[in-house]
This record gives sequence, C-alpha cells and structure tokens, in this order.
Amino acid sequence: MTVSRVFQGSTLNIAAAITVAFAALLGACGRTSVCDKPDVVCIGSVAPLTGPQAHLGRDNDNGVRLAVEELNAQGVSIGGKIVRLEVLSEDDQADPKTGTIVAQKLVDAKVKGVIGHLNSGTSIPASKIYSDNNIVQISPSATAVKYTAQGLKTAFRVMTNDSRQGKVLGEFAVTKLGAKKAAIIDDRTSYGQGLADEVEKAIKASGGEVVAREYTTDREKEFRSILTSIKGKNPDVIFYGGMDPQGGPMVKQMRSLGIKAQFLGGDGMQSAEFIKLGEADAEGTVASSPGVPPDNMPGGKAFVEKFTKKYGQIQIYAPYAYDATMTLVDAMKRADSSDPVKYRDVLAGIQRDGVTSPISFDEKGDIKAAAITMYRVKNGKWEILSIVGDTTPKDKK
Amino acid sequence: MEISAELPQHLVNGLVLGSIYALVALGYTMVYGILELINFAHGEITMMGAMVALAVITALVGEGSTVPGFVIVLVGLGVAVVICMALGFVIERVAYRPLRRAPRLAALITAIGISIIFQAAALLIWSSKPIKFPKILPEAQFELAGATISALQLAIVLLSFLLMAALWVLVQRTRIGRAMRATAQSPELAGLMGINPNYVISITFVLGAALAAVAGVMVAAYDTQADTYMGSLLGLKAFTAAVLGGIGNIAGAMVGGIVLGVVESLGAGYIGGLTGGFLGSHYKDVFAFFVLILVLVFRPTGLLGERVAERA
Repeated sequence: MTVSRVFQGSTLNIAAAITVAFAALLGACGRTSVCDKPDVVCIGSVAPLTGPQAHLGRDNDNGVRLAVEELNAQGVSIGGKIVRLEVLSEDDQADPKTGTIVAQKLVDAKVKGVIGHLNSGTSIPASKIYSDNNIVQISPSATAVKYTAQGLKTAFRVMTNDSRQGKVLGEFAVTKLGAKKAAIIDDRTSYGQGLADEVEKAIKASGGEVVAREYTTDREKEFRSILTSIKGKNPDVIFYGGMDPQGGPMVKQMRSLGIKAQFLGGDGMQSAEFIKLGEADAEGTVASSPGVPPDNMPGGKAFVEKFTKKYGQIQIYAPYAYDATMTLVDAMKRADSSDPVKYRDVLAGIQRDGVTSPISFDEKGDIKAAAITMYRVKNGKWEILSIVGDTTPKDKK
Repeated sequence: MEISAELPQHLVNGLVLGSIYALVALGYTMVYGILELINFAHGEITMMGAMVALAVITALVGEGSTVPGFVIVLVGLGVAVVICMALGFVIERVAYRPLRRAPRLAALITAIGISIIFQAAALLIWSSKPIKFPKILPEAQFELAGATISALQLAIVLLSFLLMAALWVLVQRTRIGRAMRATAQSPELAGLMGINPNYVISITFVLGAALAAVAGVMVAAYDTQADTYMGSLLGLKAFTAAVLGGIGNIAGAMVGGIVLGVVESLGAGYIGGLTGGFLGSHYKDVFAFFVLILVLVFRPTGLLGERVAERA
C-alpha cells in the first residue's frame, strides 16, 4: 500500500483524527504529574478565591503558602528523605456544590492532605469525599458542629466549634453587654444557622429573651425589611450569624434605619473587611474570634510580622491556615510518612504550639484549646475586649 | 397578627425598592410592546450601568478632589447613561434587527446569549469581587409618620418619579412619543404613515437602557456595593413587575414595579408572623413571585392590562 493511499480519506475524517490525537496529547498533560514524583508531597488548599469572600479565601491560601515556604526553606525530611511540599490551590466559591467538585479534583490529583475548606457549608460535604479516599483534612475555619460530629476519622479543625463559640457569645451578650432582649439574624448556611442556633440557646440559658429571629441568604445585600421588623421589637442587641460581606452593609442599613442596638457577630465578621464595608457605622460592634490574640502565643507576633510583610494585612483565618499546615506536616514528620493512613493517628494524638493556640485534638477531631477572644471596633480598629477560657499555660509567653 | 408600628417603614422601604424595579421594568415593557421580545440582556445593562458608574466614581474619589459627593455621583451617572445607551443601541442593531423576520424563539435565544456575553465580559473586566460605593453622599435622616427616611431613599424615589413623569410626557405629548405609540400598535401601519420603525425601535432601546443605567447606580448606592452578578435577579424581578402591571403597558410597568417592591418588603417583614415561623424572611423572593402567580391567575393580562403590537 502506497503512502498516498494511507492518507487518502475525506477532510472530515482527517480533521477528526487530528482532533482525537490532540485531545489525547492534552489529556496526557495532567497536573498529577507533579504529585506523582517520589520526593514531592502535594497539599491541597481550598477556599473561595473568587466572589464576595475572595479576600478571606486568599488570606487562607496565603497562610498555607507561607507555612509551606518556610518548611521548604528549612528542609522537610520524611522517611529519611528530603521532600518538597507543593500547594494545589482550588477555588470552591463558598458554594457547597463546587466544594464537592474541587474535593474530587484534589483526590484525583493524589494530594496527601487538605487544608480546607474555609466555609462550613463546603467543608461538610467535601469531608465525606476526603474520608472515603482516606485523605486527612484540617479546616482552618469551618466551625459548624456537624463537621466533626459526623464521626469521620479524617476531619480535623484548628478552630473551636460553634457550640463553644455560640455559648460564649450568648453568655457574653447577656452578662457583659447587659442585653435583656436580643434579635438574631442568620444567613441560612451551615455556619450561620448553626452559630445562630447556639447563640439563641445560650442567650435563653443566661436569662435573656430572643424577641426576633430573621433570616437572609449569603448572597443578599438588602436587609432593610428584616431590620425594620426587628426595629419594632426593640432589641438591645442584634446578632448576625454570617460573614463580613453581609455584616458590613447590614450594620450600615441598621444605622440608616435609626436602630441603635448593639451589633454582635461571630468569627466570620471579625475582619478588617467588615470595618471597611461598615465604615463609621461599624464602630462599637462586638465580634468573637476563637483562639487567643497573636501576642499571647509564642511565635504569634513573629507570624504577624512575617505575614504582613509578605501578603499585607491579615483578614481573619490566615494564622489558622498556617497552624493547620504546620500541624499537618509536623504529623507527617513524626510519623515518618506522608501517607494519610499512616500519619492520621499521629495527627490525632499530636501536641504542639501553634500561633493561635496550643494544638491538640479530641476524639472527634475538634481542637481541645477552647479560648475565645472577644473584640470590639474602637476608632476604626478591632480592639481586644476580653479573653474567655484561656487555657494557655501562663509560663509559655 | 397585629399591623405593627413598623408598617410605615416597610412601606417606605417598599416604595424605594419599587421605584428601582419600575425604572428597569420600563425597559422590558417598552421593548416587548413593540417587538414582542423579552430583552433578557436588560438586567445585565443595569449591571453594566452600576459597574461603569462605580468605576468612574471610584476613580474620581481617588483623585482627592474637593468636588461635593453628589456631583461626583452625577458625573458617574452621566457616563454610565451614555455607555448604556450605546450598549442598548448596539444590541438592537447587531443582535435583534437581523432577526426581525425570524421566529420569535430565535430572538429570545439571542437575548439570553447577549445577557451571558455581557455577564462574562463584566467578569473579565471587573472580576467577581464587589465594588464598594464610596461614602460620599450625605447621610441625613428624618422621621415621617413613624418611619425613618434617609436622604438617599428620598433621592431615589424623587428621581425615579421624575424620570417616570418625564417618560410619560415624552410618550404622550411629543411627536416621537406618538411615533412610539403608533409603532407599538403596528409597525407596518406606522411605516405606511411615514414613521421609520427602525428609528423608533432604536430610540426605545436607548431610552430603556438609559433608565436601566440610572436604576443600576441607585441599586449600587442603596446596597453600598455592586458586583457582576447583580443583574440577573434584578432583571428577573423587574420583568416580573412589568408582567404584573401588564406587559407592554408603560403605566403598567410603573405600577407593577411599585407594587412588587411594596409586596416584597411587606412580605419580608411579615411572612414570619403570617406563617407562624414556618416560612422565614429569606423567602421574600418566593413571596413576591407567589403574588405574581396569584395576580396572573385571576387577571392574566396584568393589573392594568397588556398592550402588545398587532402583527397584521
């Protein structure tokens, strides 16, 4: 058969053949190539990198990257060899559906551990995927109780969960802020709803009265209707279970309606962005943040300096993302293996100092340290109001 | 369930929301009246107006000028209106005019396509991060009949009503308005009367787009931010308002917009009490659309009756 005979055929067939060949070539260029190398350990990092919470997601991602850079510079030795850590960043857009898609992507890319996700609403569905594939997951910021209550062996977090945070917030509102009547708004996400429910329980348990319970969504920007309803019930304090892209406009709309109540929020609102969005109306807002202030932790001040120099102002969770990454790699080093099946048990029993608090986990995967810091906005900045339940040993300063 | 003391405030909030919906609804209704086309891209034009205006305003504020806040906003508004008018004109010429004789479905799909293109273009230019509205407008408040009204709320309602009145005068009392009404009744017959229907249709799109631009800036100021996704839900609600009032009917769009805004505001405020806590205030959109369905079941042509062209 002559060469010309072989290449005879309609243009359509030739075009199809070329397309197939091209696709095959593209398919061969996968990301997995870098994670398959024997001296590379891939760590996944998932957070909303686009959308209204992008500033928080980038913050988390930067925390992970700072930790990885430091570790690579020091040289990480696992199983007698020097390995290089690689970060695979994924964007889950704070959307539960996207969260499961990127979780599967990371699983297919054969990561050895995941720092993420940022939101409880995405961490919870993703945790099942990681658990099914035996990949350890440490969340720096998911605080919904359900995340560790599912009984998954691979789900951990370095931030106190909402049953504790909600309890502290509720008690603080009644005992320290003197609230007798409270209104509660939540954004109906796993995080917002869970935290709001806990706060409601705690307020009632402390003798306060919950006069209104209103709801919104995590994409809404117009709150005047629900705030007007709340105004009629005359609460002393309004608590919002949700994130800062809503909290900021919400407090502005509160004041523009003439509502003078104290505004209270959880860790999702305790950020620089909240003050930027709320402007002068943010003044006086009180919000909680699990953990202790950086100055109270060994290495805390140094971390703030390092991070701010490289990435600018810390939003909320960067220190937790840093701690989560450091703890993950520490467990790998102590277990002498990057295989999650092997280092998972070491991680469960680990004890080390992070920059946010001492780190050790209980049998569910929750961090044992339970300190919560209350902050208030004063003169356009978050000021420490009080620290509740500080369990850092006093001599370790 | 007692009518609470907060009813005046709910009504005020609803009136402000409704005025914004009315401005956007006018664009939908005018185009539908002439072409029987739902211009799905209209919501995205509103978004473009907001984003362009905010870009201009942010740039001007960054210059550190001593010009009063509302002048900066007016400049941003002016630029947004001009750009949106151009966008409206271009869409009509490039996408809808070639399909004038094609089946209605083709134009509808094209409209959806244009809306997707606009949203994607906006994402490329501005990404999905919301742009903040700078704090340059006066923040005065005053009390009226038990409601706290802010200067911005008053400005939005006054400006909307002014523009609606101006449009009404234009359509009812001027030559071009007569031409628009004639073309809305029947483009072919209007052509026989010496009216250039293409010219009238372009004017309609341009006017609608201008109003949408103003509405976009109002939303950006009221919500203190704008992002590239704000157009879809707003467009859907405004189209709902147009249908509620009677599609093709300009007065209907105005009435429908106000009614929808008030219903949504009252719904969000009272739905928890009405349903004994079963449905919460996050169902306010559901409530609004539910009312639309009820109205259409009992009055299919909308509150004021529809006005669509007779295709001879």
